[in-house]
Amino acid sequence: MIISNTESIPGRRIVEFYGVVTGNTVRAKHVGRDIMAGLKNIVGGELKGYTELLQDSRKEATDRMTEQAQSMGANAVVNVRFATSSISQGAAELFAYGTAVRVE
Amino acid sequence: MEGNIEQINLFLNFGLPFLILMIAYFFGSYIEKRHFRSIRKREAELLDFPVVSFDTMPDDWNVSRSDMVTGSIVISLDYFKRVIAGLRGLIGGRIKTYEPLLERARREALLRMSEEARTQGYDAIFNVRLETSRLANARRDGKGVAGVEMLAFGTAVKFASRFANSE
Repeated sequence: MIISNTESIPGRRIVEFYGVVTGNTVRAKHVGRDIMAGLKNIVGGELKGYTELLQDSRKEATDRMTEQAQSMGANAVVNVRFATSSISQGAAELFAYGTAVRVE
Repeated sequence: MEGNIEQINLFLNFGLPFLILMIAYFFGSYIEKRHFRSIRKREAELLDFPVVSFDTMPDDWNVSRSDMVTGSIVISLDYFKRVIAGLRGLIGGRIKTYEPLLERARREALLRMSEEARTQGYDAIFNVRLETSRLANARRDGKGVAGVEMLAFGTAVKFASRFANSE
């Protein structure tokens, strides 16, 4: 499965379009991580726990998107976009969407 | 005995916040300077790695494989700078303390994306996009975790033979 945030796959020709595919995940923060982040918040800098949490979540959203594309018979997803939305205090939705296509 | 309790109260009410403010100021500035040093050093190492924001590839790129790469960071402001920013919010105007924070987050996200692409054996990245999002539990009163996430993503490509089309 090839994914790309451009409208085509570089060096390949699109032969069929399947439509929009999406993948999402909703995550809540971890209490232990939040206490550490709270302490880290005094001196500033990177909050590694959160960086990892969001990276994992984004990967899961992307995986779900590619699974959906695969089940349609596609072998690539083009024009992928990411979005984040806050559901409530301490929970966030991450989703990825793109267009499932078949390339040569 | 009563004098002691008064002293403790005085310390808890004024001394402790001041102490935390000082700790935040010194460590915060140190962490920021160190981060900028590291960013400049790594950016110098990646000077020969093309990262472009065009949405189409330059014509002379002959590509054999491609994939999407991402880089991200969650970063927060130190307590001292948050207090300054809060005061600044009362009178309005430019909040200088936030500018370096967002700048270093953005540059770090771009660097992580480029480093990931390079370790996977790619030669360049195009159609780079940047996104900023605020963490949900950042509260307006300054309590809670005030973090900003910066995400950089783009399409990494490997050249079959560089500039083959232009020859």
